[in-house]
Amino acid sequence: MVRAMKSNIWNRKHLLSMRGIGQEEILSILDTAASFREVNHRDIKKVPTLRGKTIINLFYENSTRTRTSFELAGKRMSADVINMSVASSSVKKGETLIDTLATLQAMNPDVVVVRHSESGAQEFLARHLNAAIINAGDGRHAHPTQALLDILTIHDHLPIMGREDFRGLKVAICGDILHSRVARSNAQGLATMGAEVRFVGPPTLMPAKVEEAFNVKVFHRMDEGIEGVNVVMMLRLQQERMTKGYVPSVREYFHYWGLTRKRLALASETAIVMHPGPMNRGVEIASEVADDLERSVILEQVANGLAIRMAVLYRLCTPGSRS
Amino acid sequence: MESVPFVLIQGGRVVDPARDWDETADVLIENGIIRAVGRPEIPRGCRIIDADGLIVAPGLVDMHVHLREPGYEYKGTIASGTRSAAAGGVTSVAAMPNTKPVTDDPSVVGHVLEKARVGGIVNVYPVGAITKGLQGVELTEFGLMLEAGCVAFSDDGATVADTGVMRRALEYARAFGALLIQHAEDPSLVSGGCMNEGVTSSRLGLPGIPVESESIMVDRDIRLVELTGGRYHVAHLSTAGALEAVAGAQAKGLPVTCEVAPHHFSLTEEAVDGYDTYAKMAPPLRSEFDRNALLEGLARGTFSAIATDHAPHDEDSKKVEFCCAANGVIGLETLLPISLELVSGGVMTLSQCLALMTYKPARLLGIHRGELTPGFPADLVLFDLLESWQVDLNRMCGSARNTPFHGRKVRGRVKKTMVAGHIVFEDGQ
Repeated sequence: MVRAMKSNIWNRKHLLSMRGIGQEEILSILDTAASFREVNHRDIKKVPTLRGKTIINLFYENSTRTRTSFELAGKRMSADVINMSVASSSVKKGETLIDTLATLQAMNPDVVVVRHSESGAQEFLARHLNAAIINAGDGRHAHPTQALLDILTIHDHLPIMGREDFRGLKVAICGDILHSRVARSNAQGLATMGAEVRFVGPPTLMPAKVEEAFNVKVFHRMDEGIEGVNVVMMLRLQQERMTKGYVPSVREYFHYWGLTRKRLALASETAIVMHPGPMNRGVEIASEVADDLERSVILEQVANGLAIRMAVLYRLCTPGSRS
Repeated sequence: MESVPFVLIQGGRVVDPARDWDETADVLIENGIIRAVGRPEIPRGCRIIDADGLIVAPGLVDMHVHLREPGYEYKGTIASGTRSAAAGGVTSVAAMPNTKPVTDDPSVVGHVLEKARVGGIVNVYPVGAITKGLQGVELTEFGLMLEAGCVAFSDDGATVADTGVMRRALEYARAFGALLIQHAEDPSLVSGGCMNEGVTSSRLGLPGIPVESESIMVDRDIRLVELTGGRYHVAHLSTAGALEAVAGAQAKGLPVTCEVAPHHFSLTEEAVDGYDTYAKMAPPLRSEFDRNALLEGLARGTFSAIATDHAPHDEDSKKVEFCCAANGVIGLETLLPISLELVSGGVMTLSQCLALMTYKPARLLGIHRGELTPGFPADLVLFDLLESWQVDLNRMCGSARNTPFHGRKVRGRVKKTMVAGHIVFEDGQ
């Protein structure tokens, strides 16, 4: 139990994005997560913390990892967890998003975890309904629990990098920034922690005026972008980006923006490699890097994801812990 | 109101931009027509309306309004839309053709006019579609539709994107001197975007629409005006680039005009923050840079009209995820006070401001309205220039609530609106 529960400054009803979440709050969540981490290594991986609480996972987008992570997080704390997968966000046919959530709300869950393909869907729900909402990813906008678990993972490795905190830490987030909620939430969260964030990728995959929007440095050439950084965070490139004219081919993309061992040598020698998953081997990352346990912390991210989600669910399900 | 032949609007500050008139005077109306402005002798049996302390101006002309009827009555009707107009001091509206069916045939024009005659309380002037079904392919019957009562043509809501079709439209329109109004957005640059491309869209993770989607289309169209000589008007111009193009065309003497919507010169993309669907429209709210350019354009006189693009929606079309929400905001009831911010902000004089909502759009559309010159129909607005109030979406006169100005403190309140000498709106009634 690292600094467990000592700074309980968390009085939010929802977790919608990393915007406006301060350093103290982030550290407080990391503390709580660290204390839950131990549960996941017990023989009997269950604590009664959320007994009698109900968590609904409402997923409008396919997701195995995030949904499983939230589900396990709830179950290991003895909450009742219900999974609802909705094929697509086709508002036009059938029930509207707000009606679906209103229906769920009527069953009085303690938290609804929502993933949706449209940016802002969860903020919209939070504005119109009463339920407490955790954003498990909305369009290109935000994925706050991913950012928190990434910050926790980096935090774990600060000693190896010879650092005490995030100040001056160089983090390169690389690839399809344009479509990435992971990049946006991480940029906000890491900047709050004092890190220096770089966005690296082809100009077609970079949002407009992104330096101004996120206080990051932009690099279009991978070799320059990862030079001397402490963290290389790779993003998934979806196949459909090739057909829509963002990049001409996998071959060209991997050649210029793929993370190879040779390229990784440009980063700091203690640099860690991260990926939110699922990976496209040979597209954005070479297997030689992904599987190099000296550098890759990808599986640690998954483990930390569970702890972070336990912490967030705990905070939102038990209002007493919020204040 | 009981029909009396003579009505005198007494003691107001009469502002008639068409004649550059701005002084305290009486306006005498006879059988719905302006008879005299000044100190006319009061005829016997004349009804007197006290306008002391009020501005007396020509009723406003809004050349860009969506009345939704026929076909989308659940969003708004000719009755509710004209009620909003009257409440905003607007006495004439040009009704856009993106109804169901589309106003792309003389029979639909006749239907709209008949509905307006029966259920409308202000003057309604249909705008015909440029292409059948707004599909951007086949031209509509410009000549027959003009005869049926159209005042201009537009595919508004959609863009005439095909260069060849736009060329033919501008060419053919010359046969009738018809005005073509373009909703200028290059569809391949809009491409799924739902707000202005910039800092806010990047932060919110919403697909952006670059300003070039408008300026490229306007640039192209101006080349076609050079080629064809057709009269061309840019609807709801929102970008510095398009404004520069229009100013350049005007300097060359080309028949190119443009209008601006109050939301574009008074709000920016930041209003979308929080995913507010009441701040979603096409073209989208732009950056502060573009907004300032629009203000400069207003000051320089590049615009011929302030027009609302009044677009009522039902709640269900707006109460959804941002990208799924319908485009459009209502504007008739806030047109005057938001435009008066240009006067209080020193951008232009009261007369210049009212000109953009009266005789200038009226002349563009070729309608005999928007002036207090004797012989003109007695369409008037009486308003208190200084009365302040707060915009409240729950207190709109029409049926729709989708205003981006909710909560805004404004000045300038319409007290009476008259169409052809009849009072169609009275504050507090």
